[in-house]
Amino acid sequence: MAAKTKKSTRPVSDKPVVVVDDVHIIYKVFASGRRATKAGAGGGLFSRKMRLREVHAVKGLSFTVFEGESVGIIGSNGSGKSSLMRAIAGLTPIQGGAVYASAKPALLGVGAVLLPNLSGEKNILLGGLAMGFGRKDMLDNTDAITKFAGLEEFIDLPMRTYSSGMSARLRFAIAASRDHDILIIDEALAVGDQEFRNRSEARMREMRDSAGTVFLVSHSMKSILDTCTRVIWIEKGELIMDGEPLEVINAYNVHTGSDTID
Amino acid sequence: MSLADYAREHGLKRVGARPALLEYLAEAWKRRDFAMTMARFNSEAANAKNRLGRWWTVLLPTVQALVYGLIFGVLMGSSRPDNYIPFLFTGVFLFSFMSGAFGAGAGSVTGNLGLVRSLSFPRMLLPVQATIQQVFNLLPQMVLLLLTWVVFAQPITFKWLLLIPITFLMIMFSTGLALVSARLTVHIQDLAKLIPFVIRIVFYTSGIFFNMEHVLKNYPIALEIEKYNPVYVFVSLARGAGVEGYEATAFMWWAAIGWAVVTLALGIVFFWKAEERYGRED
Repeated sequence: MAAKTKKSTRPVSDKPVVVVDDVHIIYKVFASGRRATKAGAGGGLFSRKMRLREVHAVKGLSFTVFEGESVGIIGSNGSGKSSLMRAIAGLTPIQGGAVYASAKPALLGVGAVLLPNLSGEKNILLGGLAMGFGRKDMLDNTDAITKFAGLEEFIDLPMRTYSSGMSARLRFAIAASRDHDILIIDEALAVGDQEFRNRSEARMREMRDSAGTVFLVSHSMKSILDTCTRVIWIEKGELIMDGEPLEVINAYNVHTGSDTID
Repeated sequence: MSLADYAREHGLKRVGARPALLEYLAEAWKRRDFAMTMARFNSEAANAKNRLGRWWTVLLPTVQALVYGLIFGVLMGSSRPDNYIPFLFTGVFLFSFMSGAFGAGAGSVTGNLGLVRSLSFPRMLLPVQATIQQVFNLLPQMVLLLLTWVVFAQPITFKWLLLIPITFLMIMFSTGLALVSARLTVHIQDLAKLIPFVIRIVFYTSGIFFNMEHVLKNYPIALEIEKYNPVYVFVSLARGAGVEGYEATAFMWWAAIGWAVVTLALGIVFFWKAEERYGRED
């Protein structure tokens, strides 16, 4: 632990990079099942409206993140962490408030396979081109990215054949091959193995130190402690606590009833 | 001071905001390599699944044209249009390109949600990419079309070169169609179910396998309306270029140019207007 205490929570600079201003995210979803229909909604072609449920995932969050900070986001499942991250990346529409950023944030989320029918190698090239990098740069970097992801043997196979851990590794490697001003990592590392996690955490620290800003959503308090300079705790779409990692994590652990950091 | 003012003061920009149209187009142009590469990889992947691979892009419309030729050719008997095979092939090939772009555009955003949800780029590239994929299929079909013209003894003239501007206008028109259908299916998934019927209806009303002027000769109003049907216009222009006995009118050229420019412009604006909504969960 001693080595880690040298990190200070004081921002590296006073320059704001991301400003989240009273953000509300509401999903309108067609619900089904007993709970959804109990309100006397007779089933039928045109009564679908009755089963439209609104889920208020993020309820008016505001905070400011400064250059060089790496922010851990914690909270239980369904607390709105991922919704918030997708809103910061501009990938989900928000119903109220706004997110401001100094550069286009890059998001690394779980689940999404880029193009399942194409090989890992082609996904590397396309992912890079979509992010606006040049073809030559991406081709030059393909080997390094493959190596970082540890997928040398499988890079020519279609991405749909990858395990969730493998595809998460590849996506992280693609995104981390470049320095991003703002990088958001949403549990993307949770499925990776320990060795890959160490490698990627090292890369995240490197990016943070080169004045990049990193958001890390994780259920691993150890990962958060190892990489973050600030922690925000969200519960049911509301901000519970925002501050020094150890302090927030301790409070969170009291709330969840865990007594060790892992 | 409000957070918004504070953010603005430090030069931060609102995330996810739809950029101005010109900026949006510039951004998309900058990433044109992405659209080209994705189209190429996707059509390679689609072809790799079948043994005959790329050959299907010409085999399928040929089989289609032959089947129609056999059925309708027999059914219509003596009322068959002159030069039936070149007439029919021209119609079927051009039609399959336009309907292909319309259908592929419809699935281009909804079918690539993984990409839309993990990377931010101008979404317009997806329907454009789907159209490019159709263009890759169109080019060998055009070669085959020329071969058919040769085989069925159509005189080779400089008029054949008109196929180049016709193809160009048709690509513009189809890109517009793909952009419109891409946004429509994002709003209303159910529309995807109706698309095959829409395509069928257009097929039967655009004179692909029959001669419009003969069939509608007693209905001058309907014939007048057909002159504005873009599919009919493009197909007629192509027949005028290479099939003996068919002439394209100057009006058709103007109609084709009009359809190409207007559909593309409307498609771009229509798609761009909803840029912030693509990738939504529901």
